[in-house]
Amino acid sequence: MKRICGGIWHWLDDRLGISDLLGPPLKHLVPREATWWYVFGSATLVAFIVQVVTGVALAFSFVPSSSQAYDTLRFITNEAPFGAFLRGLHYYGASAMVLMIGAHMAQTFLFGAYKYPREMSWGTGVLLLGFTLIMGFTGQLLRWDQTAAWSVVVAAEQAGRVPLIGDWLAKFILGGTTIGGATLSRFFAIHVFLIPACMFAFIGLHLMLVLRHGISDAPVPGKPVDPKTYQQEYHAALEKTGVPFWPDGAWRDFVFGTLVVAAIALLAWYVGPPAIEHPPDPSILQADPRPDWYLLWYFAVLAMIPPRIEGVVMVGAPILIAFIILLAPILGNKGERHWSRRPWSIGVVLLSVLMIGSLWIEGANSPWSPNFNARPLAPAVIGTTNAEVVRGAKLFHDHACLNCHLISGHGGRRGPDLTYVADRLSKDDMIVRIVNGGNNMPAFGNMLKPDDLNAIVAFLESRHQARTVATAAANP
Amino acid sequence: MNQNITPDPNPPSGAPCDPGLVSRRRFLTRISVALGGVCAAIIGVPVVGFVVAPLFRRVPETWRTVGAADDFKIGETVSVVFRDPSPLPWAGVTAKAGAWLRRDATDKFTAFSVHCTHLGCPVRWMADANLFLCPCHGGVYYQDGSVAAGPPPHPLIRYDVRVFNGKVQIKSAPIPITTTL
Repeated sequence: MKRICGGIWHWLDDRLGISDLLGPPLKHLVPREATWWYVFGSATLVAFIVQVVTGVALAFSFVPSSSQAYDTLRFITNEAPFGAFLRGLHYYGASAMVLMIGAHMAQTFLFGAYKYPREMSWGTGVLLLGFTLIMGFTGQLLRWDQTAAWSVVVAAEQAGRVPLIGDWLAKFILGGTTIGGATLSRFFAIHVFLIPACMFAFIGLHLMLVLRHGISDAPVPGKPVDPKTYQQEYHAALEKTGVPFWPDGAWRDFVFGTLVVAAIALLAWYVGPPAIEHPPDPSILQADPRPDWYLLWYFAVLAMIPPRIEGVVMVGAPILIAFIILLAPILGNKGERHWSRRPWSIGVVLLSVLMIGSLWIEGANSPWSPNFNARPLAPAVIGTTNAEVVRGAKLFHDHACLNCHLISGHGGRRGPDLTYVADRLSKDDMIVRIVNGGNNMPAFGNMLKPDDLNAIVAFLESRHQARTVATAAANP
Repeated sequence: MNQNITPDPNPPSGAPCDPGLVSRRRFLTRISVALGGVCAAIIGVPVVGFVVAPLFRRVPETWRTVGAADDFKIGETVSVVFRDPSPLPWAGVTAKAGAWLRRDATDKFTAFSVHCTHLGCPVRWMADANLFLCPCHGGVYYQDGSVAAGPPPHPLIRYDVRVFNGKVQIKSAPIPITTTL
């Protein structure tokens, strides 16, 4: 049997040239010190393969029609065997891909591996990061529920800010002038054909460049990159201490890749895919569209840009950031690679992580958004039976004050916490603020009757620390 | 005797080049590239035209009935539903659109787009507060649609409204896209 199989293999190998094709790439020498820090790139590729396989499987049942996609997704999730699991794999695969490409990029940057001669490896990698984020966004839209439909509108509005061609871009995204029959199918084409084709091409180019220039050696302090001598020194070191990629280098990639797949599968099985929300009916206005987690930070950016420069930031910032990242190897393609000799590189990575992390937390909390679920304040929170104060508390809720302000942990966070407002504002201050508004608060002067204003102020005057402590003591 | 002689494509270095051969090769290179360009144009022009066609699709602004005038109370603001001007047959529920409609007087109505002028999210009417609130980035509008707070750069867009044969009609329009630059 072994002989027969061997014979078949030799025949096929002779005719197809498999060994000739794959042998040199697999056996190419890699630096011995390329250890666990080097697994993030292959892990990104593993996540991409998961996406391709699960995406093709999902496409067997998904109908990219504006009227039917929602129902087919519900079918896939609720009825199709393994449907929910596959959706989960696809969702967490996307998350893993974003995380791994981020880690790969940070490692490459810290190791100075973008320097000579690997400038184009960095450049193609940056483009692949862009494609990955586009895939993440368009993938969320293919869920084609209420959030997806409104996210298309948000995307069109952002595109609308682009000078001169903004209106055209917005129409291109919507597939017309409104959400409709043409909207989903174009995102399906972009998500399933256009961007994946670009990704296959650039992944191929990226891997070809890895083979052409070799995996970067570990950075050593005091050993700068000199384009005149680097290649010679690199190849001399490889000849001396290098090991074949297969299996000496690849086994770590397989171990880590397996861990990534296991984590994706466990999350898909135990946590499950994101819920399919309300149907994509633009006339249902009780919507609260939010992007998936990997774009929540950008959602926060859009809320926090000062309105005066919003258009410029919305359009210019992504272009500028992409330009700077792409330019990194051009700005410094030689010199020290070790992070200890480039402390600013640690600063850049830490600052990026802190910035995206804190924006992400802000995006998740969305303190700028009104709390539409604010319930009328309970008697225990009001803390008194005084009729005027109780009426003021009710008006505070009815006039949407509670949607934006916190009272003892209840309400919204869009405006200041008013739990102890009486400790810092006088009655007159309160009236002025309510009547005139300001500081991101509407003016209620024309909307409140004098009696109602007095009642609300009476309620706010009762919000001081001493009362709250006394109430808490009375209601342990 | 007639012989077909194929010139050596890689003449040895230093060998004299036949000017005619160089010229022929240049011609063949150019004609091949040009033919490739022609093929790309034959395929590419209709493809690009097809993909960008929605940009140039003229959508009629149509009056859509949203209810009988008597169904709306004076001073009340309610959400109404109407259909797109010319939905594609497979649009399903996405052919629907919403608006906030207020009856200001017996024969006067005001209709607001539901789209926040910041980034297009659906604003909600808070009846007791007389405010429109946006769930996304905290935009707030007064009852006349003017900006009260938050990031919206413009007031809420208004639709044309009329009462026709006792029915309230809204003139459907594209999603308002804010262009600031």
